[in-house]
Amino acid sequence: MSKIRKMVKTIKIDVDKCNGCRACEVICSSFHATPKYSSNNPARSRIRLIRDPLKDRYLPVYAGEYVAAECMGRDKYIIDGKEYEECDFCRASCPSRGIFKDPDSGLPLKCDMCEDDPALKEPLCVQWCLADALVYEEREEEVEEEVKLGDVEVGLQSLLDKYGLSEIEDAFTRISRKN
Amino acid sequence: MLLGTGESSAGGAAGEAEMPGGGLNVRYAETGYNLEIDLARGNVERVETDPELTRLHLGGLGTNARLLWDRVPPEVDPFSSDNPLIFSAGLLGGTPAPGANRTIVSTFSPQTLLMAYSMMGGFWAPELKHAGYDKVIIRGKSPDLVYLWINNGRVEIRDARHLHGKGAIETAEIIRRELREPNAQVAAIGLAGENRVYFASIEHGRSSASRGGIGAVMGDKGLKAVAVRGTRDVNIARPAEFMEHCNDVLRYIQYREANPIKGVPPILAGIGSPQEMAIIDEEWHTTNFTWGNARTRRKDFWTREVEEKWKESQEGVRTRLISCYNCPMKCGATISVPGLPTYMMKCYSKLTYTMAAFSDLDFGFRIAQRATEYGVDGYSTPQVMAFALELYEAGILTGSDLAGMPHDNEGRFFWLLDRIVRREGIGDVLADGTYWAARRIGNGAEKFAHNNIKKHEQLPLKLGMLNPVYFLMYSTGEKINITQIEGQFPQAPFATREEREDFVKDWIQVPDEKFKQYFLDWDPRGERSIPYYPTIEASCEIVDWQERMHYIDDALGICAGLSSFPLKPPYHIHNFPPIISAATGMDIDEAGLTKAARRNRTLIRAVNVRRGMRRADDKPPEDHWKKRFPELEAELLDQYYKFKGWNNQGIPTKESLQELDMDYVSGDFEQRGIIASE
Ligand code: SF4
Ligand code: SF4
Ligand code: SF4
Repeated sequence: MSKIRKMVKTIKIDVDKCNGCRACEVICSSFHATPKYSSNNPARSRIRLIRDPLKDRYLPVYAGEYVAAECMGRDKYIIDGKEYEECDFCRASCPSRGIFKDPDSGLPLKCDMCEDDPALKEPLCVQWCLADALVYEEREEEVEEEVKLGDVEVGLQSLLDKYGLSEIEDAFTRISRKN
Repeated sequence: MLLGTGESSAGGAAGEAEMPGGGLNVRYAETGYNLEIDLARGNVERVETDPELTRLHLGGLGTNARLLWDRVPPEVDPFSSDNPLIFSAGLLGGTPAPGANRTIVSTFSPQTLLMAYSMMGGFWAPELKHAGYDKVIIRGKSPDLVYLWINNGRVEIRDARHLHGKGAIETAEIIRRELREPNAQVAAIGLAGENRVYFASIEHGRSSASRGGIGAVMGDKGLKAVAVRGTRDVNIARPAEFMEHCNDVLRYIQYREANPIKGVPPILAGIGSPQEMAIIDEEWHTTNFTWGNARTRRKDFWTREVEEKWKESQEGVRTRLISCYNCPMKCGATISVPGLPTYMMKCYSKLTYTMAAFSDLDFGFRIAQRATEYGVDGYSTPQVMAFALELYEAGILTGSDLAGMPHDNEGRFFWLLDRIVRREGIGDVLADGTYWAARRIGNGAEKFAHNNIKKHEQLPLKLGMLNPVYFLMYSTGEKINITQIEGQFPQAPFATREEREDFVKDWIQVPDEKFKQYFLDWDPRGERSIPYYPTIEASCEIVDWQERMHYIDDALGICAGLSSFPLKPPYHIHNFPPIISAATGMDIDEAGLTKAARRNRTLIRAVNVRRGMRRADDKPPEDHWKKRFPELEAELLDQYYKFKGWNNQGIPTKESLQELDMDYVSGDFEQRGIIASE
């Protein structure tokens, strides 16, 4: 594979500054509605605030890659005396938990940095986080070229993992005939 | 961080967008469904609502009042199974409009016997919207303690006998655990609600609906908690346009954060609910408000040493400043007092216990923890306890009434609190609040219940010279709580003309330019000062504006902290109409919104008039001001009633009701002989 120059987009998360408002969830879900902003629903957000107010745990987590199976081993973090749950820091859309899946279809959700045309100056969750718990940074880097899966492929892959190839083929044929 | 230029305008700039062609049944901003629950029969129904009612009353408090008018005849006792308890989101609740998170709880109050409505922030109402409902209307009584579990389309009435006596915060934790739903939002009562204490609250994490004893009504119904989880969409009619407005609001919030109001105490300079958790400087509250049973003003209280000590106390227990749903203002805080369970606090309850007991912040934070778990109102409760101790000092309550009470002052407050929420001994009497307790105790105790309006304890504030604007607000406000009536217009005149001119420069929120003039001309002393200035006419208009904004917020579910309460808020009469229109698709302008607010305000007055409220009830505590002016006050009330379209008893007239499409009210009034029929 050849090397290409790529923009690395980073969101710095300062959990100490988070006030638990969930504005990030509101705006993310609203932006990804079709048509844009036509509805909102934190359950569809690609950032989720993992929160336990009485234990003072506030952890904004971004939806990452879809994985077909849950991890064999789990991690448990204790930071400054605060114990986090297993999986709290994980970004995967994974069968072991409810977040980062569309509540209706169950299909995986993934943060796309608010891809838009024209491109936004900053991702929307960052813009709506007036507490500055989320801060956007970008830099250029040289990386190996990779094959990037689009939303349709990721969704299809998760359906394949769930139902197997022949079920999906059957369904596909049925639907094509109907249409 | 929103990328903004920090412009000062939160209005205008409506973008253009097509209205998406949803089916006939799509409702925007609201869900169009209520949950109707009968606890006696264990019946649950999902009922579609009439869009016409949204047009007339918007939602939230407005439609709550309509339900109470339609369904509850005036003779219904607050502790009757026919008294509904309504939990409502506002019309904009759960939309991306910043701060649209209020839960408006309405019922009839056991204390005032009038309509009680209390609002709470937090996360509950947006969750209800996402579950697919605008309101939960609860009637009947369950024989055993139960809780409600609303999980999208599934609604269960569940056994709560194991939660008997549990703290309100503790209850929420247990319920989330047993449902295995960490994202469920819970509103719960503590022991006080279970025992029908007349000032019991409904607690929800960092927020509570505390006024009017609505927690007692919940307890009377045998309902310990309502847990809700929702994962459905809330729809917006004109998305791009709506989002433009939301961004403007956020930009204006940033602008106001960077530009606090000059010339007012720090607590009044910013936006949000009073920033009690962030601010250490309490000179204004501690030297202007009264201590004990709303008695003693301590003008020299605030010293350097006090400030140091209080700073240490506050920073020692405050772990994080926290916001409500979709709001950046962080008005609450997580409080961890060593050795006590963690809880959350907001606003002024930091000082009410402290000041009632002549104590310090350490005590305030400790007792508030217990009070929050018990679920009691932070205004009434400390006053009731201070009232009891005054009666004891005066010999009206004796050692035998208070047998077992410790000798130390702070110990007494804890002891009284424990008795009250259990209704044990004297606690059973005190649990009815100062008004009713005084009547039961007799022996001159009535004199000591001196800080009530319509039987309900007020902020501990005693001042010198009558202020005509505040006189009207205290007297006539149906919320019976000044912080939910005042706002927008400065509480006191600024010293110099220059300061005033500076203030009005970017005062975009005024409904009319004349309000600027009223403020410019208002002097601290001399001819144009209180009690005769603002003039009667100006006072009526100022009160009407302030009140209107609260009625709008309470129907929309917008937090007063971003709107009706502070000076120069991000929401105001000019940007609300385009925001509502874009969200709902129902076109409304300033006149239309003003009319809807007036309609709601008049309807609540009508509900209370039907329950017997009259002019004689419209009065502030006798001793609120030292200098009173009976003639001026009578004139103020006369003019204000006229301005509102009410007769001289404070009863809405037939003509004004007709103008507001409320002939059904005048018809009822005529039938009952409340107004003369033709
Ligand atoms: S918007 Fe910011 S402060 Fe609010 S929950 Fe998200 S990360 Fe936390
Ligand atoms: S960057 Fe955009 S897509 Fe990703 S979580 Fe934030 S708002 Fe959602
Ligand atoms: S202003 Fe304060 S009280 Fe109001 S919604 Fe925001 S955080 Fe909550």
